[in-house]
Amino acid sequence: MTDIAWIELALTAARPQALGALLRYFRDLDTAEEAFQEACLRAIRTWPDKGPPRDPTAWLIFVGRNSGIDAVRKRAKNDPLPEEEAFSDLSDAEDDIADRLDNSNYRDDILRLMFICCHPDLPNTQQIALALRIVSGLSVAQIAKAFLVGESAMEQRITRAKARVAKAGVPFETPGAAERSERLGLVSAMIYLVFNEGYSAGITNPDSAAFCDEAIRLARLLLRIFPAEPEIMGLLALMLLQHSRVRARIDGNGQIVLLEDQDRALWDRRLINEALALLDKAIRHRKPGPYQVQAAISALHARAAKPEDTDWREIVMLYGLLERLQPSPVVTLNKAVAVAKLNGPEAGLELIEPLAEKLDGYFYFHGVKGGLMMQAGRHGRARVAFDRAIALANSPAECAHIRMQIDKLGSVAASTE
Amino acid sequence: MLYAILCYAHEETVFAWSKEEEEAVMAKLIEVQTPYAKAGKLGPVGRLMPTTAATTVRKGKDEPLVLDGPFAETKEVLLGFYTVDVEALEEAVAFSKELSAVNPGSSSYEIRPFYVFHPGEIKNGETHNRETGT
Repeated sequence: MTDIAWIELALTAARPQALGALLRYFRDLDTAEEAFQEACLRAIRTWPDKGPPRDPTAWLIFVGRNSGIDAVRKRAKNDPLPEEEAFSDLSDAEDDIADRLDNSNYRDDILRLMFICCHPDLPNTQQIALALRIVSGLSVAQIAKAFLVGESAMEQRITRAKARVAKAGVPFETPGAAERSERLGLVSAMIYLVFNEGYSAGITNPDSAAFCDEAIRLARLLLRIFPAEPEIMGLLALMLLQHSRVRARIDGNGQIVLLEDQDRALWDRRLINEALALLDKAIRHRKPGPYQVQAAISALHARAAKPEDTDWREIVMLYGLLERLQPSPVVTLNKAVAVAKLNGPEAGLELIEPLAEKLDGYFYFHGVKGGLMMQAGRHGRARVAFDRAIALANSPAECAHIRMQIDKLGSVAASTE
Repeated sequence: MLYAILCYAHEETVFAWSKEEEEAVMAKLIEVQTPYAKAGKLGPVGRLMPTTAATTVRKGKDEPLVLDGPFAETKEVLLGFYTVDVEALEEAVAFSKELSAVNPGSSSYEIRPFYVFHPGEIKNGETHNRETGT
């Protein structure tokens, strides 16, 4: 790795904390971003000769703050009424920055930076784009490529999202315990959105596959600053477990491989082991939450050396718990799949029957229904469900997967229905 | 003399490495280790999981406290360790310098003499792999 490559990594790593602190000083996202950018440019100029500072983050905050103050002063010269309140902490600009970093501010800085990206007015894709731009520091070009849109369109989208956030007002007061926990919930959901975007779009677009790594990095960061939050442990474990199968879930032809057909030797044991350690830690807290339960379900798959070793009884039990924690027809649908594994396809079909209305527009529902009908030997009904699934497929890979099922259907001897 | 050589580094930076970067660094580190391994001087080498996976047991008033996270909250965290059986400190220092040279960033290595508490039977970390149950 070259010096510059290492410096760029160090800058990326320092970004959430440094930018979060600068946002707190300047109370304006654009000023904070410019100040951070300036500090990064100086780092690239000076670090190769002088060597990296012992604490790159503190260095970047210090340099960024000074350059930001200069910029604000320059602007103020053209402004008849300097806005003293625009930056609250200028008076203690000479404070020892390292001391300030040690206080508890910085974890709220990082949380705030993540939190402004999950404003409820922003649609999911904008939340994702904003988080990747602001928190992760990905370039607009990178994000545009991942979303398969032009760079200027993405630039516009991000600018609009930022304006929305600025208009809503960034909360700068230190959050109380209840607010903090609410923010953690929203930020966790946003991180999972980033992951899922990479997980689903990554099948066909390698540029978005990197989102999974980024989401995992953000969750590790969040857990480092909130080390005793079992739901963040659960979220991180869940993503690690899903990501551990990345090499096994698509075959050489770009086709989706179902969990039970995957080559388990391709699963990344390192990620799995980290996830299991996190899950063990989380369970000690005895505060179950949706991420923990989903991770626990995923872990049961990871622990099974062969598909037939899967503990379906435990999985059905965990889906039952998830239904209570977070009732949703999709959860019930997943439970039905597990029930069918345990008690046969008819038992599964019985469970999904009441979901038909709510999930009528959902690809996965008709895919599951078709699969269960096929297993139950009701091939005519299976065909109807598969046709409906194809009409609802979200990607060529999903479509191809259902076509394969239909082919299987055709190859089985005449319908017994 | 047996030494444990502990590697410290900025965790955020190390976990921002891409897979390719990580593999390149690992390849170089293994290159440095190979001659020591061949000379029978290299003991178990471990890479620690992220500190988010760590748990600390601390002495409490009555019962020991079990806390989430690593032992201390510092910028640099223990990232991994080597155990070497060498003639003298000099050689352990030389080895650490070689490792440091190929390891990007500001990693430190803490060299601590230790005695064998338990030689261990682990092989590739698979002996008690609980997923495969083997």
